[in-house]
Amino acid sequence: MRRAVKMTAVAASAVLALSAAGCGGKKASTGGGGGGDSKKIVKVGLAYDVGGRGDKSFNDAAYAGLQKVQSELKLDIKDIEAKEGESDNDKIQRLQLLAQSGYNPVIAVGFAYAGALGKVAPKFPTTKFAIIDDNTVQQPNVADLLFAENEGSYLVGAAAAKKSKTGHIGFIGGVATPLIKKFEVGYTAGAKKVNPNIKVDAKYISQPPDFGGFKDPAKGKTIAQGMYDQGADVIYAAAGLSGTGSLQAAAGAKKWFIGVDSDQYQTAAADEKPYVLTSMLKRIDTAVFNFVKGVGENQFQKGDQRFTLKNDGVDYSKSNPTALGDLPSTIDDLKQQIVSGKITPPEK
Amino acid sequence: MIANLLAKSYARTAVAALVALVFAIVVTSIVLSVSGFNPPSTFQAMFDFGKEPDSVVNTVNRAAAYYLSALAVAIGFRMNLFNIGVDGQYRLAAMLAAAAGGAWALPPGLRQVVIILVAVVVGGAWAGIAAILKVTRGVSEVISTIMLNFIGTGVIAFLLSPNRLAAKVAGSNNIGTKPIGSSGRVPGISYPGSDLKIYGLVLLAVLAGLGFWFVINRTRFGFDLRATGLSQSAAVASGVDAKRMVVIAMVLSGAVAGLVGMPQLLGGSYSYSLDFPTGIGFTGIGIALLGRNNPVGIAFASLLWAFLDQSSQILEFNDIPKEIVAITQAAVLLSVVVVYEIVNRVGRRMDQRRVAAELGEAAA
Repeated sequence: MRRAVKMTAVAASAVLALSAAGCGGKKASTGGGGGGDSKKIVKVGLAYDVGGRGDKSFNDAAYAGLQKVQSELKLDIKDIEAKEGESDNDKIQRLQLLAQSGYNPVIAVGFAYAGALGKVAPKFPTTKFAIIDDNTVQQPNVADLLFAENEGSYLVGAAAAKKSKTGHIGFIGGVATPLIKKFEVGYTAGAKKVNPNIKVDAKYISQPPDFGGFKDPAKGKTIAQGMYDQGADVIYAAAGLSGTGSLQAAAGAKKWFIGVDSDQYQTAAADEKPYVLTSMLKRIDTAVFNFVKGVGENQFQKGDQRFTLKNDGVDYSKSNPTALGDLPSTIDDLKQQIVSGKITPPEK
Repeated sequence: MIANLLAKSYARTAVAALVALVFAIVVTSIVLSVSGFNPPSTFQAMFDFGKEPDSVVNTVNRAAAYYLSALAVAIGFRMNLFNIGVDGQYRLAAMLAAAAGGAWALPPGLRQVVIILVAVVVGGAWAGIAAILKVTRGVSEVISTIMLNFIGTGVIAFLLSPNRLAAKVAGSNNIGTKPIGSSGRVPGISYPGSDLKIYGLVLLAVLAGLGFWFVINRTRFGFDLRATGLSQSAAVASGVDAKRMVVIAMVLSGAVAGLVGMPQLLGGSYSYSLDFPTGIGFTGIGIALLGRNNPVGIAFASLLWAFLDQSSQILEFNDIPKEIVAITQAAVLLSVVVVYEIVNRVGRRMDQRRVAAELGEAAA
């Protein structure tokens, strides 16, 4: 019950933030030349995890969110990357450096910052912090941005099972971390919902602490080829940059591919586009956008902010209608059932 | 005066290192100028940031791990063994030690000792595999230790799962071993002006350095080790069991590698999780080279390395690519090898001249 209230509150605030965004946009366009001066300058600090850790599209999505805000608020962005072999103390110092230098809000991109943020946030009570993919830090000045990757994956899993003629589909994970396993579990559950007898082949490119699996298109291609050869005809790749290799394999085998995080139909090469069935959308950009905008307009919200199907924080893309055909009717029905709480996709 | 200075071998090493550092700074300055940055202000910013209390603490902590890692590599180097597997050895050791420390609630004092022992045994055993392969099958330790790094990664990934040695943290996407309770932790040392603590086990690095010096220079084993390193056939001829030496040196190297993660584990993170530092084993190879496998040299080298790594953080803050520091580090490494050789030759020539002069005087 309490959870439901919270969810509604979050959803409502998201809607408010979005409508506020709409207003802001109008103001900026009607304000003309003079509008620039009245814009408030927000100094945003972004602390990334080690370059390879966390796939490229993930970090870039956070930055894309900031660029979207830039059209409405004047931003002074400072982004710093972690160093290999560093400890929590280095992360503490990085966050402190940003906070001390007047960056407010400060966004910690990735769960690895949880320990450090827990120690830094109380020291800078007036600075607003956000952390992506973690909610172990509960402080009055910390927003925890979480995504229901399993919900979005459930929908694309259903799409895959519906589209498959062989009754055999594949999943390629970048690195075998709990986070990526959440994608796999949701995908498998969605597929089984549509076809209980479906065969789901799951493979991971690398094991932690080797995070190279997020940026290895060659391996993404080889694994996908192997799966297609063995009879899979739809593959969902939650593998960051490596997924681009899997897409190449799909185009080569003339079979289906499902993208992740951002709409990969948009970024695919022309000859690959027809094979992108859909993409699971994880709106990190929206989350960052809402957060920064909220802080800029003094509407900071602490605690958990879950980005789910309900508030469009996750979704599936419909940019390739020829490929999808009549699938959206089934998937949208499932989506409705998840939103209304009839179906709860598993997390692990 | 210079002749006297270069007569001592440690002085030669020091001069070579200083010259290499100056050379590296020159190279870095050129790169900075070409890329459109101001070298003096860049170095100033690095230095200012590096001497802040928080930076000092992080530098010392980082240097301790580098030091242990380089020491482990140096033990092998002293015997012409190239242990590239320090990385896998310390990660596997830290992971299993963390799991043991989290699971066994022993009384304080004993608990820390047991955790460290587990790390030492695991590190030694993992390196021992490479040693046994070398003495029984002639497998080059370069190949086997690299491969054992990959196998180690696989083993850690297999064990770091909720139904094996890991405990899932609710609400987090991280996964790690069960945290070590307060009775198994090692308190940190405060540093004025910083809220961060210097890991208590930094002292372990100092002890390891003293132990290394003593064993290599003051024991029969150390003599055999150095002799085998200089000429295996000569050592065998004088009665050294070369195979036994390979196994002992390799296991010892792995045991020290096992210590690499300990200051961090017992002083800061208390659990082995996905964000435990990686790659220190490879950094150690470079530092051992820079420190010329000498415990004092390695100490300076690891402090320099840690300082550069630490102060590079401010570069990104000033919109200067932090890879600049990697250039400095690479330049130091490359030039120190060359410069050492040159300084050595000059020193030798001076020795010859001096001896010749003394002989000449005596003859006259």
